Amino acid sequence: MKRKMSPARTKAWIKFGLIAFFALLFISFALFASFLAPYDPLESHYTHMLEAPGRSFFFGTDQLGRDLYSRILYGGKSSLLIAFAVTGIVSFTGIFIGTAAGFFGGVFDNLLMRFSDMLMAFPGSIFTIALVSFIGVGLPNLILAMSLTGWTFYARISRSLVLSIKNNVYVEQARLGGASNVNILMRYIMPNVLPSLLVNIFQDIGGKLLTISGLSLLGLGSPPPAPEWGFMLSEGKNYMYSAPWMLIFPGLVILISVVIFNLLGDSIQDLMNPRENAW
Amino acid sequence: MLKMIQKRLISLVVILFGLSILTFGLTYLLPSDPIEELITSMGSGHDPEVIARLEKQFGTNRPFWVQYTDWIKGVVLHGDFGISVKYNKPVKEVIAQKLPYTVELACTSFLTMILISFPLGILSAVYKDRTADYIIRFMSFVGVSMPSFWFGMILIWILAVNLGWLPVAGSGSWKHIIMPTLTLSIGMSCSYIRRIRAVMVEQLSEEYISGCKSRGVGKARIIFLHVLPNSLLAVVTMLGMSFGGMLGGTMIVEMIFSWNGIGQVCTTAISARDYALIQGYVMWMGFIYVMVNLLVDISYSLIDPRIRRGMAQR
Repeated sequence: MKRKMSPARTKAWIKFGLIAFFALLFISFALFASFLAPYDPLESHYTHMLEAPGRSFFFGTDQLGRDLYSRILYGGKSSLLIAFAVTGIVSFTGIFIGTAAGFFGGVFDNLLMRFSDMLMAFPGSIFTIALVSFIGVGLPNLILAMSLTGWTFYARISRSLVLSIKNNVYVEQARLGGASNVNILMRYIMPNVLPSLLVNIFQDIGGKLLTISGLSLLGLGSPPPAPEWGFMLSEGKNYMYSAPWMLIFPGLVILISVVIFNLLGDSIQDLMNPRENAW
Repeated sequence: MLKMIQKRLISLVVILFGLSILTFGLTYLLPSDPIEELITSMGSGHDPEVIARLEKQFGTNRPFWVQYTDWIKGVVLHGDFGISVKYNKPVKEVIAQKLPYTVELACTSFLTMILISFPLGILSAVYKDRTADYIIRFMSFVGVSMPSFWFGMILIWILAVNLGWLPVAGSGSWKHIIMPTLTLSIGMSCSYIRRIRAVMVEQLSEEYISGCKSRGVGKARIIFLHVLPNSLLAVVTMLGMSFGGMLGGTMIVEMIFSWNGIGQVCTTAISARDYALIQGYVMWMGFIYVMVNLLVDISYSLIDPRIRRGMAQR
């Protein structure tokens, strides 16, 4: 017989469903940018430079007469892509390394912890900036630099989770029953580790989006003609006297996207432990 | 206590050593060979003899460790990072000139953050699930999700461009520091408000609180003498990390407000490919960050009587 869901749980599911719907909507806007954008994001309409938002240009145009709405859509595609790629790479490698270290322990564990101490003992943003400036700007390099500094966070969390799980009685029993290491990891430990990490992963996407837009603002994202939210803002700053919409819309879109992913993380947290939510 | 500091100092040296290797190693990641670039800029073509002479002159043909020891000797003994190509003077001088501005900005932002987040966080926890709490929660959620540089630009747009109250950019008078400080501290303040609230709400549901209440202890006394000290511990550990985040954040804020600090220097150094300057920047930031974290750890052990006494017993 299936137990009835508690009201708190039902509420958490409804909240999650709603936010997930908006997140998917948002993602699909970015994914289908090429269908939804009314103009080519790089095309200049020289007769419509710095035009205010209106019927033909929803969000107005920039200093070269490019349609801001189309540029924001295309910019979303690259921003979301990088955010997903980095979060994916970082969480996968971090969890893999952290779980192995926690499970097997020994010298490898020690080395790993010292190494991540070192990376953590230093502001990641500065290291990312330095790395990108040395290996050169561009999307692959940006993803690489952000990944190199980001994985330690996941390694640490998954390591401590594994440590708290691996001494449980059921793990010992599985071992007595002749289960191999891989078997124990896959069947008994991972199912306990992954759900709590899921919250971190989703909350991380919002943070990554902020980092990406910040880096692209500094000119460390993809090179200029490509539409990028951060870089659009740094262009907009120069025209805030005459064209404030160049400042307002890209920023609003960043804000909304980060809000959506933060809410998604929060709602997953509510789902995971439906006790009274801290937030 | 002294033992703890000693131990921390040793690990600090290890961390800085690792950082220096990473920073120095970065030059090996350069897509182009500096010697090659120099030759092309001199226009002398690919003469192997010239290359060999230049390599000898700059010492780039020596093994990594020899080069590294030379470099780190200069850094540790004289704070010498070489010559900045962009500013055409020693990196040391550029940093000495600009670093105070950045530290000033980071400190004012740090203070502002504490002044904003503690009162609001406490308020939000004490008035949990009331109107004030909802408003603070909503604002801090938006603040956490907002790109701080956008907030800064909007500030410029409203306060400087439209109202004309504050100067648009630059550094000098106290008026110049207001907007950069707000920009740098907003995101951090909001995450602290959330954090402080969460910790305090947890403390308020502990049993000792009902014990206090039943003994007739006043509400203000409970909050400021019991809950706050207990909550502080969880928050103080974050402070050191946040200071590092602020140092990193200064780069963007300084760019937006043309603040005359080291972050802006680094931004120009990046576009000018001034690698010695970038190395100097990274090492200095790392040094400050590690030192601040040490101070935070020490103050942490001073706040927590358990750690303090544990130290004394040992």
